[in-house]
Formats: sequence, structure tokens, C-alpha cells
Amino acid sequence: MMRDITLGQYFPGTSVLHRSDPRMKLILTLIFIVFVFLAKSLWAYVWLFVFTFSLLIVSRLPVKVILKGLKPVLFIIAITVIFNLFLTKGEDLLFECKFIHIYFEGVMFAVYMIIRIVCLILGTSVILTYTTSPVDLTDGIEQLLSPLKKIKIPVHEFAMMMSIALRFIPTLTEETEKIMNAQKARGADLSSGGLIKRAKALIPILIPLFVSSLRRADELATAMECRCYRGGDGRTRMKRLKYSPRDLVLFLVFAAFGTGIILLNIFIPYLVI
Amino acid sequence: MTPFIKAENVCFSYNTGEGKKIEVLKNVSFEIAKGEFVAVLGRNGSGKSTLAKLLNMILVPDSGKIFIDGKQISADTMTEDDVYEIRRKIGMVFQNPDNQLVSSVVEEDVAFGPENLGIPSEEIRKRVDDALDEVGMSEYARHSPHLLSGGQKQRIAIAGIIAMSPSCIVFDEATAMLDPSGRKEVMATIERLNKEKGITVIHITHNMSEAAMADRVIVIDGGRVAMSDVPEAVFSDVGKLRSIGLDVPQITELFYELKKAGLDLPDRIIDAGKGEDALLSFFEKPRN
Amino acid sequence: MSTITLQNVSYLYSAGTPFEKYALKDINVTIPSGRITGLIGHTGSGKSTLVQLLNGLLRPTEGKILLDGRDIWEDEKKIRDVRFKVGLVMQYPEYQLFEETVRKDVAFGPKNMGLEAPEIEERVKMAAFFCGITEDLLDKSPFELSGGQKRRVAIAGVIAMRPEFLILDEPSAGLDPVGRDTILGGIKKYREETGGSVVIVSHSMEDVAVYCDSLIVMNKGAVYAEGDTREIFSTPEKLYGVGLDVPQITGVTEALRSKGLGLPSDILTVSEARDAILSLAKRRGLL
Repeated sequence: MMRDITLGQYFPGTSVLHRSDPRMKLILTLIFIVFVFLAKSLWAYVWLFVFTFSLLIVSRLPVKVILKGLKPVLFIIAITVIFNLFLTKGEDLLFECKFIHIYFEGVMFAVYMIIRIVCLILGTSVILTYTTSPVDLTDGIEQLLSPLKKIKIPVHEFAMMMSIALRFIPTLTEETEKIMNAQKARGADLSSGGLIKRAKALIPILIPLFVSSLRRADELATAMECRCYRGGDGRTRMKRLKYSPRDLVLFLVFAAFGTGIILLNIFIPYLVI
Repeated sequence: MTPFIKAENVCFSYNTGEGKKIEVLKNVSFEIAKGEFVAVLGRNGSGKSTLAKLLNMILVPDSGKIFIDGKQISADTMTEDDVYEIRRKIGMVFQNPDNQLVSSVVEEDVAFGPENLGIPSEEIRKRVDDALDEVGMSEYARHSPHLLSGGQKQRIAIAGIIAMSPSCIVFDEATAMLDPSGRKEVMATIERLNKEKGITVIHITHNMSEAAMADRVIVIDGGRVAMSDVPEAVFSDVGKLRSIGLDVPQITELFYELKKAGLDLPDRIIDAGKGEDALLSFFEKPRN
Repeated sequence: MSTITLQNVSYLYSAGTPFEKYALKDINVTIPSGRITGLIGHTGSGKSTLVQLLNGLLRPTEGKILLDGRDIWEDEKKIRDVRFKVGLVMQYPEYQLFEETVRKDVAFGPKNMGLEAPEIEERVKMAAFFCGITEDLLDKSPFELSGGQKRRVAIAGVIAMRPEFLILDEPSAGLDPVGRDTILGGIKKYREETGGSVVIVSHSMEDVAVYCDSLIVMNKGAVYAEGDTREIFSTPEKLYGVGLDVPQITGVTEALRSKGLGLPSDILTVSEARDAILSLAKRRGLL
């Protein structure tokens, strides 16, 4: 059933990462991404790799499931590896066969790229998407970006749209399923024929879905007006995000991680790209 | 005593795409007292829902006056704050539970109204907890609404309104999409809010057994108030209700038919239990 | 006449996940042919799963569904033919309309069957007749119609396939009394004139008492009772036991009977109750 798809890939839990402030986690994600790209030497990459897997362990997420989740990225990794392996020219030739030349530098680049991609995806999802509920995430973005309101960027409206979208994903998924069933019951054939035939077969599903979404939007807007909604001005929140000492500690840990990358790059410049 | 809600000769029409004007409400007048439980009965398209939206200024009448708490509501003379104060006072629960919940967490949804009112966080927290408790949904506070039953979702919607501490709640066919057990849950909640918290209730429905629970029934037909009386009186007028295209409870219909055939039975029976008693005493009479 | 028989049918939701749950367990039932059958039971009793199994929208986890003695899943590629023979109108079907005109929308099913244009036209007319859709509505956009009209167009779209079994999941939900009577009355007329078989899922005991010849009562994923409507409603306690009701009038006459009034035990409608009470009054010399 489509309904059972885990939304936003959030895994509920109680680890340090789960409990820290979503705003802090957004900041940490940014810091993390920056330092992933700053790693240059072998030891910096090793440090990055170790740090990312420590995060995974600290988060107490089901490691097997998370690693399985990397499957879709394998393709990208494979392509990067092939490009780096065959197209990098260097001095230390390892292998030669007709027009294929593999240099030591190529192998090194390939390994670095694997680490970089894996850490980037694993790290950001462990810090943010796997451990933060979509609702908290939206709140975090809204409150973190709220200074932008001063320069007339509609931060509140954006966050409101996001949270309504989140709220309606399961509803619309269910509705799509219902409409598909209704049309199948009238003999609609959704699974055979060429591309054009299949695209045409979607019309009986997309039109009702579109019509009903408009109706829902209309009713929701009325309901929101009835509940005194009039934009972000003068609005308070039940839950105010508060930084806790936990967040500070986490921040220091990430600062140490960043410093480590820089120091390793500078002081042990072994196999630098 | 001034009535809580008073409508005087209210007319409302809307324009169709082809430039035609459709009159939805024609000279509608009625009064509703504070704390009253009124059912508004009528066929689909009779103008019931339009009436509801006029009361909290989502729609504005073409002509006629509406008074809330003795004060006339009018888009011309009121400030935006006044309009929102009316919407706070007169809460609304709609038919489709899915299309009125805004958040993917139950308690955050209930908090939506009070947040819009600019109430301090601690106070919102308290109101949300109280409101969820009131509708018996406290244990679902952290749940996602999409996995709940229709009746539960509707109770969440009600909690979202209660949290704004309204004096009146309008239920616009709020039970129409529910199964029998969902209906029972919601009707029990409505009755409790009315009896225990003294909230004025306007329940729009075409279900006659729900209307029978009210203090008074207003029947709307073709944009006009066709009847307005206690349920016993309204339902006993079987002929008129039928001509409007509404049902009566089976027991009332039975008494209507039996009396027409010449049996000497009491009037105004709308309750199965009372009907049974009346029939029993009718058949026991000659033995005495 | 076609028959549908379920043999040891089970259906497991979300199989293989922590949420897995039996929606139906080991069901054996034959859907009566040539009559209107009411399918009643609480939400979650398995009614909606059952109707989706009947036309192959869901595939049973275990067991067989036999249409005219053949397993409908014998040849997976032919499941579409099963859906033409067992027409299903889902809940709130008005949300499935999509064509420019009512006529085209009703024709969607017959067109999918690969029928010729004159045949399609004839079927659209036939379906429109049973659903009370007048000629002038046929060329309107379905999105211009009222809620009740849309519902009837959606039902016509399934009737136009001339299914041997017509299954309707809560066809009158949310409609007012007139809308309800138009739809259920049309279905009754359809049954009488075409001789097809009909299954109606309903929460309203008053409606099934008036319109259904037989009933299948579901409870907790199993068939709790089946039989003629009159027979099922003559034992109210059995229904009360699983949280279901009997029509108000049946409850009243049953209560009167238990207190010694000589009334028959199988009263389903107000007019039957009136006749029974009047004849009792005559016998007792009260009229």
C-alpha cells in the first residue's frame, strides 16, 4: 500500500540528534556540507569517514536499513568512479591495456569521491531528515529564516505552504489510489501499451485529482479563515523552539570536526588532491 | 433578553458564470438564544450552508441585517479585528474532516486557531490540552490525523474550535460523511458542549434523528424558513416535511399513518420508547 | 445467470510489514444471484475489502474467488474482463468524473470494453434512464452538475458496462432523502428490468430493509450472518450483539411483541407495521 511509505524518511527516536533543536541541526548540516568539500588529504578523508559513521551510531538509527537506503546512489557512485578511474591522467601508471590507462591518481580520486558522496548523503540525512520530523523541520526553517522577513521575504507563508503540503501528502496519496481503483473498475488500462498510450491513460486519473485538489484547497482556505488565520503577522506559536545545552555541545563537536579537517589538510598533506 | 443571533430579512444570491443570478436565501429571519441547540434541516442546495457562512462573515448578505450579541455585523462598519472577533465567537466545523485540518500533528492542529489569535504560548498549551480532553482525544495529541477515523478527525476539528473559546459553534453537515459510530461520537460531543459548557449550537443536517436531539428545528426550503419549532411539532407535520422532501422518524410516520386510519393516539411522538408506551397503553385500555 | 463464490478467502493488509492485519479471514460465501443483496457491518468489518476483491481490484492473500465456477485470478491478463462483469461503484464516486460531457464520461467504461459506437450510444442511454439522467444533462459538463446528479452520472458509468453483478459501496452516503430515494429507486428499477444481480454496501438499516432482498452481515473480517432480509432482521438481539441495529420500526414492533402484543416478528417497513397494528386493533374491537 502506498499509504505505508515512510514520509520524509523520518525515523522516530530519542537520540541526541533526535532531541536537538531543528534550527541547530539545519546549521550543523550546512557546516557539515562545507567541511565535506574542504577535505583534501587522505587523513582528512579518513577523519570525515569516521566522523560520519560515528554520527550514524550515535543516532541509534537502524544501520542496515540506512545503508540499504544508499542503493539508489550506487549508480551515481559507479559513474563517478568510472570517470575518475579512466579519465584521470597522472604520473604513476598502474595498468595499461590498449586505450585504457589507469593511473594511481585516478584510483585515489575514485576512492575520495566514494567517501565524499557516501558521507555527504549519509551525514546530511542522519543529521537532518532521518532524525527530524517534517513538522519540526518546517518550524526550524521558519524560525531560522525569520530575520529574512525584514527584507520582505515571505518566510511564514513559505513555511505554511510546506506544512500544509506535508499534511496533504497522505490524503492525496490515498485519493490517487481511490481514483485509480475507480477508473480501473471501469476498465481503464494503466499498465500496458507504449509511452503515449500510458500517458493518455493518466488523464482519467489526473483530471479528477486536480479537480478534487482545487476543491480541497478552497475548503481548506475557508476553514482557515474561519479559524482566524490572516497570515503570519500577530501570530504566536504554541511551541517555541529553545536551544538547550545539548545543542551547544553538538555545535562544539561539529566545530571540532571542522577544525580536524583543516588541521589534517595542513599538517599531514599526504596524498592531497 | 436580546437573542444571541438574530437575522432580519436576509437575502443572498450568487452569480453563475453565464451572468445568471441565483437566489439562495430569500428574506430569511430567525432568532437564536444564547445556549440554545438549534438544528437546521433542509435538502441539499436549500441554502443551509450559505446561511452558516453568513453568520461569521465569510459571506456577506445582499440585503437584510444580522445581529450577533445585539450588534449588527457589517463589512462596511467593522474593522478587520472586529471581523476576526466574530469568527472567534462563532466557530465552524465543516463536512469533510480532511479539508479542515492544517497540521500533520493533532495538537498542533488544535493550536492553529489560538496561534492565529496571538495568544501567549503557555496559554495555548493549556487550551489545547483542555480542548483535546473535552473531545476525548488527549491520547492522540502527538498522532498524525490521517490515520484516525472520520469521527476522530471531526472531534479534532471540534477541539480546534473549542480552543478558541467560542460562544457558538456551527456544524455545517459535520456528520454527513461519517459512519454510524462516527456520528454517535460527534453527536455526543456536540450535546456535551451544549449542555455542560453552555455553547450555543447550530447543527446543519439532513438527518432527522440528529435534528430530533435539538431544542428547536428550523427547516429551510427553497431559501426560506419553512418551519421553526420544537422537534416534536416539526416532525409531527409529516405531510409538510414530505412535501419538502425530508424524512421523518419511522415512529412518527407510523403514528401519522395510524391516526389517519382512525386510531386514537397521542400527537407529537418522535421517540421510539414513547411510541411503544403509547401503543401499549392504547391496546391495554379496554381491559381496564 | 452468473454466480460469484468465495472459497476460503483471506486478505492480509500491508503484508510483510509491522502493520500487517487480516482484513478478511477465511471467508466462504456465495453472492446471491438475481437479487439485491445488502452488505452490512461496522466500519473495519471488511465490507470494502470484500467488494474490491469481488471485481479483482484486490487479490486475495489466500483462497479463490470463483466467477461462474472459474477462479478470476486464473489468468491475470484477463482480470479486466472480470471488472466488466462485476461492476463496482466506489464510495463517493462523483470524484472520478473527468470527461468534457456527461455522455462521454458514461461511455468511458463501454469504450474500454472495445464496443462499437452505436452499441456504446445505446448503453449510455440505457444507463442514463436507470439513473434518472435526462437528455439535456448528457451534453453538459459533469463538473456543472449538483452533487446528487454527479453521483448518478458516476453510477451510470458503471451500469453502462452492463455488468452481471453491480456492486455499490454506500451509494447514498451524504445525500438528502430525495437524492437517496432517486438512486436506490433507480437501482431497484435496474434490477427488476435487467434481471442483473446487485450488491449494496450500506450503513442504513432502514434503507436495506426497504431495498434489499437478502443480507450478508460482516463482523471483524468474517461473515457473521447471511440470509433473507426479513429473516436477518427478525432476530434483533443477534445484530445488537455485534453493535448493529435493526430499522427503528422493526425495533418498536419487536419490543411490543415481547410485551405481549400479537404482532408478526418480521416487520420491516412502516406500512407493514401500520397494517399489522390496524388489523390487531380490528381484532380487539378498537377500530
